[in-house]
Amino acid sequence: MKAEIITGAEIAIRSLQKENVKFVFGYPGGAVLNIYDAIFQQNSFKHVLVRHEQAAVHAADAYSRATGDVGVALVTSGPGATNAVTGIATAHMDSIPMVIISGQVPTHAIGQDAFQECDTVGITRPCVKHNFLVKDINDIASTLKKAFYLASTGRPGPVLVDIPKDITAETAEFIYPEEISLRSYNPIKHGHTGQINKALELLVNAEKPMVYSGGGVVLGNASESLTEFVKLLGLPITNTLMGLGGFPASHDNFLGMLGMHGTYQANMAMQECDVLLAVGARFDDRVIGNPDHFLAKPKKIIHIDIDPASISKRVKIDIPIVGDVNLVLKELISAFKEQQNKNCKVTDSGWLQTINQWKSKDCMRYEDDGTEIKPQKVIETLHKVTKGEAFITSDVGQHQMWAAQYYPFNKPRRWINSGGLGTMGVGLPYAMGCQLAFPESQVACVTGEASIQMCIQELSTCKQFNLPVKIINLNNRYMGMVRQWQEFFYGNRYAESYMDALPDFVKLAESYGHVGMKIEKSSDIKTALQEAFSPKLKERLVFLDFITDQTENVFPMVPNGKGLSEMILADDAEDL
Amino acid sequence: MRHIISLLMENESGALSRVSGLFSARGYNIESLSVAPTEDHSLSRMTIVTSGSDEVIEQIIKQLNKLIDVVKVLDLHDGDHIERELVLVKLKANGQHRDEVKQLSNNYGGRIIDSSENILTIEFTGTSTELDNYLKSLNDSLIIEIVRTGASGIGRGDRILKI
Repeated sequence: MKAEIITGAEIAIRSLQKENVKFVFGYPGGAVLNIYDAIFQQNSFKHVLVRHEQAAVHAADAYSRATGDVGVALVTSGPGATNAVTGIATAHMDSIPMVIISGQVPTHAIGQDAFQECDTVGITRPCVKHNFLVKDINDIASTLKKAFYLASTGRPGPVLVDIPKDITAETAEFIYPEEISLRSYNPIKHGHTGQINKALELLVNAEKPMVYSGGGVVLGNASESLTEFVKLLGLPITNTLMGLGGFPASHDNFLGMLGMHGTYQANMAMQECDVLLAVGARFDDRVIGNPDHFLAKPKKIIHIDIDPASISKRVKIDIPIVGDVNLVLKELISAFKEQQNKNCKVTDSGWLQTINQWKSKDCMRYEDDGTEIKPQKVIETLHKVTKGEAFITSDVGQHQMWAAQYYPFNKPRRWINSGGLGTMGVGLPYAMGCQLAFPESQVACVTGEASIQMCIQELSTCKQFNLPVKIINLNNRYMGMVRQWQEFFYGNRYAESYMDALPDFVKLAESYGHVGMKIEKSSDIKTALQEAFSPKLKERLVFLDFITDQTENVFPMVPNGKGLSEMILADDAEDL
Repeated sequence: MRHIISLLMENESGALSRVSGLFSARGYNIESLSVAPTEDHSLSRMTIVTSGSDEVIEQIIKQLNKLIDVVKVLDLHDGDHIERELVLVKLKANGQHRDEVKQLSNNYGGRIIDSSENILTIEFTGTSTELDNYLKSLNDSLIIEIVRTGASGIGRGDRILKI
C-alpha cells in the first residue's frame, strides 16, 4: 500500500496521534500557523490554549508528572520559544519526559535575522535532553519518533523539535517508524548481579542502615517495589522533595523528608547511618548539605540510578548499580527472597530505637495560639479536608516547604513541584496539567502571593477549560523564603522582599469568572476549605487568599553549606 | 592531570557545540579541541585535551557519554597512545636571523613551507610538549604569528577507537 501524501504540518499532527498524545499545550504564532491549521482539522487530541508559552510547557510538564506519559507543548518561533525556555529548563532539572515542538522561520530565512527568528536549538541546548532542527519534510516523522523515544527512555527529559515553517507546508509521504534505535544511545536497564548481591549483603549486615529515595523512584514507577523491599528488610527510609510519595508517608518506617528543610530524624539518620542505600536520588546540595560534613561520619554508600553520570558526582559511591530503578529493586527483592539468611541486623541493633528518640523531638511542632493563621495549619487542614487524596501542586518558597512537610503523600505522582530549578510560577499551570489529566480528582495549588503572580494570567485558561482547581494562597505579604534568609543571614535587612501593592485576589479571581475567598481568622480555615471542596463548588475554581502570620519561618533548616546534623530547629531559632 | 579524550560522534550539525557547551556549562577545562570527519563519513572524531582530578575526568567522560550524539568515548591516558600536534610559525628572517631560524628549525625537525625575503614560515609536528619546547627556544622578538592545531591522539598497537 502506498503511503498517503500529506503536508508537513499534517505529518507532525499524525505523528502525535501515533504517540497517543491526548493533550497539546500551546500558543499559536506565525511559524506554526500551518500546524495550527492541521490541529483545527483533527479531533484526536485536545489543544489547550494557555496565556503565555511558559505556562504551556509547565502544564505539559505537570501532565507528565501526574500521568507518567510524555507531555507535549507547541510554541511558535522567536519569543514563543524563548518564553518556553523557563518551562523547558524546569522539566530538564527534574528529568520530566516531554516533547516541545517549536516553529522556526522558513529554512531559507534561517540566519537572516528574520522576524521572530531565534536560534532555538542553540538557546535550548543546555536545558534539554536533546534537540533537533528538522530541515527536510521527510525527516519530520522520524525525528518526532526519536524525540518521544529519547524523552521517555533512560533518564527521561525534555526533547525539543524545531520545525521551519516552509516544510510544514510542503507535502510528502507519511511513514511513521514502528521502532527506532540509535547506535549512540543505549540506556542500561538491568543492574549488575554481582553489585546487587554485594549491596544486599551490606544492607542485611548493616547495624544502622538507611534508605534515601528521590524523584527517580517516582519517574521510574518503582514505588511499589521500593515499598516492598524496604518493608521486607525493615529499613528506615526518607524521601527527597522530588521523591515524596515514593514510599507511603503513613508507614512507621518513614522518617519524613530530608534535606535543608527535612525532619530532625531523617537528617540525623542520614548523617549517622553506617550503610546508605540511595535510590533514584542525586545527593544534591539542598539534600545532603555540605558533602564533606556528610562523609565525615564513615558510611558505605550504595547508589541505584539509571544515569551513570549521577554516580559519584558529589559523593563517592562504594557500590554503584546503574539500571532502571524498578528492575534493580525487583532484582534485590528476589535476591533477598532466595537467600538463606533473612535476619537483618537492623532488627535488634538498637538503631530503630535511636531513630525513635530523634522522632520524639517532634521537630515539626509549631506554636499556634489560634488567632493569626499559621500556614502549617492551613496545609494540615487541607490534608484532612481532601483526605490526603488530592493532587498538590506548589510554587516555590516557604509555602512549598510547608506543603511538602505537612501534607503526607501515600502515593507517587500526587506531589507536583519544581524541585531542581525552583521555578516560581509553576503552581497554577501545574494544577492545570493535573486537572486536565484527572478531571474527577481534587487538585490544589499551594502558592504564595509572590509566586502566584508569576503565572496569574492562567486564571483565564482555567476559565476557558473549566478547570476547578483550588488555589491555596498563603499570603504573608513577603517573598517568604527570601525574607527568612534575610532574617537569618542578612541582619533583618529585608531588601525588596516585601510584596507591596498587592491586588485584591478575591476581586481578581472574580474578574476572571472564578470564586474568591479571603480568610483572615485561624478559626475560619476549615470551613473555608470545606466550602471550597464542597459539591457546590466542585465545578468552580476557588481562589482562597489566606492572610497568614508574616513572621513564620520554615523549620528545621540546614543553613547553606552546613552539614545535615547542623540543623536549626524552631526551638533554637530564638538564639539566632 | 592532563588527559587526551578521543570520541566518535554523529556527524550532525551542532555536534561540536554540544561538546563545547558541556565543557563551559560544567566548568571543565578545555586546552584544545580538534574535530574532523572519519573514514566513515557519518561519524566525526574529536580529540579533546583537558585536565582535572581523576574524579573530574571520570565525570567528563560520563557526561560526554550522556550526550545523545556521542557514540564512543576513550580516555587515551588509560593506555599507550601517540599524540601529535602541528604548529605553523611565521618568523622574521632577515639578515643574520635567517640562518639562525633555519638552523633552529633543522635542529627540531621543522620544515620550511614558505619563504619570502624577510619571512620564513615553518611547520613543525610533535607532541604538545615538544611544540612548547620548540616555541620556547625561538627568540620572541622574531615571532610574527603562531597557529597551533591542538593535539590529535591515537592508541598504540591494537588499541582502536571504532564502532
